[in-house]
Amino acid sequence: MPSAAPHPAVRPRGARRGREIARRWLLSAPALLVILVAAVGPLFVMALYSVMAKGDFGDVRFGTFSSEGWFGVFFQRDIFDDTLTLADAHLTIFWRSVVLSLQTTLAALLLGVPTAYFIATRPARSREIWLFLITIPFWTNLLIRTFAIQEVIRNEGILNGALVGLGIVDRPVQIMFTDTAILIGMVYVYLPLMVLPVYASMEKIDFRLVEAGYDLYAGRLAVLRRIILPLARPGIVAGSILVFIPSLGAYVTPRVLGGGKNMMLGNLIELQFGPGRNWPLGAAISITLMAVVMLALLVYVRNATKGGQHG
Amino acid sequence: MAERTAVEARRITRIFGSGTAAVKALDDVSVEIRANEFFTLLGPSGCGKTTLLRMIAGFEFPDAGEILLDGADIAALPPYRRPVNTVFQNYALFPHLTVRQNIAFGLEMLGRARAKIDARVNEMLRLVRMEELGDRRCDQISGGQQQRVALARALAPEPRVLLLDEPLSALDYKLRKEMQVELKRMQHQTGITFVFVTHDQEEALTMSDRVAVMSRGKILQIGDAREIYEHPVNRFVADFIGESNFLSGTVAAVHDGRAEVRLDDGPVIMAEVPRGLTPTGRVSLVVRPEHGELAPPGGGGLAGTVETVIYSGTDTHHRVRLDGGGLFIVRSQNRRGVAGGRAEGERVAIRVPDGAAQILRD
Repeated sequence: MPSAAPHPAVRPRGARRGREIARRWLLSAPALLVILVAAVGPLFVMALYSVMAKGDFGDVRFGTFSSEGWFGVFFQRDIFDDTLTLADAHLTIFWRSVVLSLQTTLAALLLGVPTAYFIATRPARSREIWLFLITIPFWTNLLIRTFAIQEVIRNEGILNGALVGLGIVDRPVQIMFTDTAILIGMVYVYLPLMVLPVYASMEKIDFRLVEAGYDLYAGRLAVLRRIILPLARPGIVAGSILVFIPSLGAYVTPRVLGGGKNMMLGNLIELQFGPGRNWPLGAAISITLMAVVMLALLVYVRNATKGGQHG
Repeated sequence: MAERTAVEARRITRIFGSGTAAVKALDDVSVEIRANEFFTLLGPSGCGKTTLLRMIAGFEFPDAGEILLDGADIAALPPYRRPVNTVFQNYALFPHLTVRQNIAFGLEMLGRARAKIDARVNEMLRLVRMEELGDRRCDQISGGQQQRVALARALAPEPRVLLLDEPLSALDYKLRKEMQVELKRMQHQTGITFVFVTHDQEEALTMSDRVAVMSRGKILQIGDAREIYEHPVNRFVADFIGESNFLSGTVAAVHDGRAEVRLDDGPVIMAEVPRGLTPTGRVSLVVRPEHGELAPPGGGGLAGTVETVIYSGTDTHHRVRLDGGGLFIVRSQNRRGVAGGRAEGERVAIRVPDGAAQILRD
């Protein structure tokens, strides 16, 4: 007998499924709450601030929408005749941030990959000691470490002292307050973030594959290029991201080692929220920075994984 | 036909560890492997067979002695300069490359032209019957297929010698049987010298032209399957290869290669004497289970009682407890319609035909 009613067994099962789904939402609620409050919330506040009018003493005038913040990211208005020019100071800082971050990532790769390889090829017991040594810098505050770097590279510092003492140069080389100083500082600070993920992926490599490579006429360099690096690719990708992103927004290092004039984006943003009293502009720059990072990541990860599939 | 030597190991010694913990992985080992032969290093784990193989590959170096390839000392060459390729026990296929890329790897490293590489890879895929799966990643194919890819990869650069390190141990029984035949076929087809390492005596006997039986860093015997099985030089070889019954006795007389031995269990038998040995006094002997014959009691031979009867399809195994206390296994082939089996607990006599027993060296 044909009937339009659902099969008797279906309904209770549907209800049970509904309860099951509700239970899952309930169980994941704490995690969702944390993500909402701690990650999405602040971003939302930033986005909101960036489209508000700025207050006279910082802050924003809520309810008064304004495009001045976003406008200020790219252009500046002359105080006297209102003519518009590109905000080339911002672009310079933006460009410097990108270049320095790329250089930092590259330097961290060049130093970090061999370091990770060295550790991964040690016997299991000494590996732990090497890893432990890598993490020691994390025990000290970033600011203090940055001042320590300053001690090394300043004109009367250890490095210049040694260079002059050995007669390699006549006068101390000016490193402090240059982009080079920022680069050295950032490489030092972010190097462990490269070493650890690269080590993690190298440690998983079956070293019998290396033997197989040698067996098939690959010399040391070919084994490195054709076997070890492709297999360590996930770690190299992760390490590069972990170094590049914080470099782009670095604040302490360029402030201490770059002096006042060699600003990076982090300093520019801080300036707007601090002495500049232009929160909408600061918020707009922050969001721009985030958008650029996400775009760069998207392109990078896509290329990196595509390369992985085709060897 | 003149036998050319492909690989020669001369008085190789290799010691692992030091001081009191030192272990001689290889102890003054010498062996000549002929060109185009299927040569097997057989022994239990830890006997040094893999160490010797890795030395030919270049992953291990001897503490003393030399390794010659086609007459030239290769001890100083790193693995990537030796015209020798290995099929690894776990295959060690590159997981980030496809089947084709794996097979092409060695050729690329040798700097061959792209067109030649492609042609050779196709040829290899055909040889191992994997034409359809060339573009698969290596984790997308079965264990047996990985095995074939490993073989193709190692054969592609046309090595002088192919080394195989227990390549079949990870396969299930049926696949292993298939691959044994395949390997033999490929060896014939390519004409490359195969050096095969295994702990599986059956595998060694069925595939090899010659077998070297190793134990504790020494080679005990080298010979073809028949020689090793029928004329084991000592108790270890006899015990390791196939099933064996051991007897002891006293030599009564020796004439033209045969010895008259009075067994401790009573009967006098004619036993084979290994070349170059003049047995006197007490000796031990080996008799293969299929060489013993069950007879009704009282007609001479070794008297005993059937303890267990195991029917295994083609054969029946009788485990007979001898009156002297020892155990003797007799294997007889089952024939259609003939009820050859004895009952458990039945009294029997075991006849050892002339020449079925072989005197052992120690």
